[in-house]
Amino acid sequence: MTDTSPSPLLTATDINLTLGNHRLLENVSFTLEPEEIVTIIGPNGAGKTTLLRVALGLLRPTSGTIYLRPGASIGYMPQRLQLDATFPLSVKRFLSFADKKLKTSALGAALEQTGAIHVLDSAMQHLSGGEQQRVLLARALLRKPDLLVLDEPVQGVDVHGQVELYQLLGRIRSEQGCGVLMVSHDLHLVMAATDRVLCLNRHICCSGTPAMVTSDPEYLKMYGHLALYQHDQNHHHHHEGDSHAR
Amino acid sequence: MLDDFLLRALLGGLGVALIAGPFGAFVVWRRLAYFGDTLAHSALLGVALGFLLHINLTLGVILVCQMLAFLLFIGQRQRLLANDTLLGIFSHGALSLGLVVLAFMPEVRIDLMSYLFGDILAIGKSDLLWIYTGGGGALIGLLWLWRSLLAITIHEDLARVEGIPVQRINGLFLALIALTVAVMMKVVGLLLVTSLLIIPAATARRFATSPEVMGLLASSFGCLAVVGGLATSYYWDTPTGPSIVVTACVIFALSILIPTGRYRTS
Repeated sequence: MTDTSPSPLLTATDINLTLGNHRLLENVSFTLEPEEIVTIIGPNGAGKTTLLRVALGLLRPTSGTIYLRPGASIGYMPQRLQLDATFPLSVKRFLSFADKKLKTSALGAALEQTGAIHVLDSAMQHLSGGEQQRVLLARALLRKPDLLVLDEPVQGVDVHGQVELYQLLGRIRSEQGCGVLMVSHDLHLVMAATDRVLCLNRHICCSGTPAMVTSDPEYLKMYGHLALYQHDQNHHHHHEGDSHAR
Repeated sequence: MLDDFLLRALLGGLGVALIAGPFGAFVVWRRLAYFGDTLAHSALLGVALGFLLHINLTLGVILVCQMLAFLLFIGQRQRLLANDTLLGIFSHGALSLGLVVLAFMPEVRIDLMSYLFGDILAIGKSDLLWIYTGGGGALIGLLWLWRSLLAITIHEDLARVEGIPVQRINGLFLALIALTVAVMMKVVGLLLVTSLLIIPAATARRFATSPEVMGLLASSFGCLAVVGGLATSYYWDTPTGPSIVVTACVIFALSILIPTGRYRTS
């Protein structure tokens, strides 16, 4: 992972997705470089999770292409698990599903890395929100990912825990050398933890470094006040141009 | 010492209970109770088909259950209707269609009660063969899919991202359940089939430390219910299928009294 090859880890080109009469995604294009953290933000119903599912290959776009660098492995952390209470599953067993050949020591090491080693023998259903996120992250890491895809990784975690989780993601990125693509609801904490932000409202309104995005009129329009967001066709400044800003 | 028919009933009942254990665990985990009911309700149509085509009745039931499972699989993928609505249509549609088709064949005299509530005491050698080959085959298939099915039960998208062919495995699983339900029919009847899937599994939950333990325990509790039900039926001349289900319920009720603390998993 030390080579700085020019090829991006993930390239999305002109993604369109229409379900029935609803256009969920319009001409979405972005790239994700190796070891880069990209965060998708946007209001409810903006298509954040949808875009993530398209990137994961779980949803086929109506048009457009997703290109993952050949041989790159994905670690996926879903929003949360909804396990039936009748399903007897320990954390250890849950982690073992990441890969058949994993030894218990490797499972422990992954939990150690995400700071949740104390729940190794707990039942999955007994975890707190923060513990569950750390266990899910550990499972994603056990896949030895080149690309980590996280859907609202700090959901259900208190502010203190959120800061810790974002710091952890930063550490993992530099230790493992993986790219990170995540969706976030929160605007403030995530800004400190991300290299680049995609502001999504079905189409990409603006993108760039956190500093650039937070001063962008489109961003301010969306989050600056409570007025209804109306898309202005003339404001397409950072659309794709900033993909290689770093 | 044991009458021959009683030995056959015991062997048939135990075979069915063994198979039902691990399948029942999945039915509970994945909330497929209504799905199992729907499959079972189509059995009369299978019986009618068997008479119509002059084929083995169990084979007829298996064929119709497989067809219905396939239709449900397709129907669920369309996502036009809520799952339980879809199941409701198929469930009662299939049951009624079976009764209507049978009415069109006046030369066919069947004992409806034995199909509705099972007729374990009438189990013949061919029934035993169906249970141990068909049911045994379904069980082997389940063990083969076990790890993938657990992964899908935990989180479908996660399993898919990690390379498990989710649709194919789910389809195979439904076919296996359909086969299991079809061979279970003889023992507890179409109205009670799901109870033998669900009640032992639910009883096992409180003592299960892992998915495998839950499957094994469910089989054990099922066997216990079969033995208890047969004994009840033998000594007090009660209907056998319902006696098995009542025994399963009693075991469930008793198990609640045994303290285990909270649900454990390790």
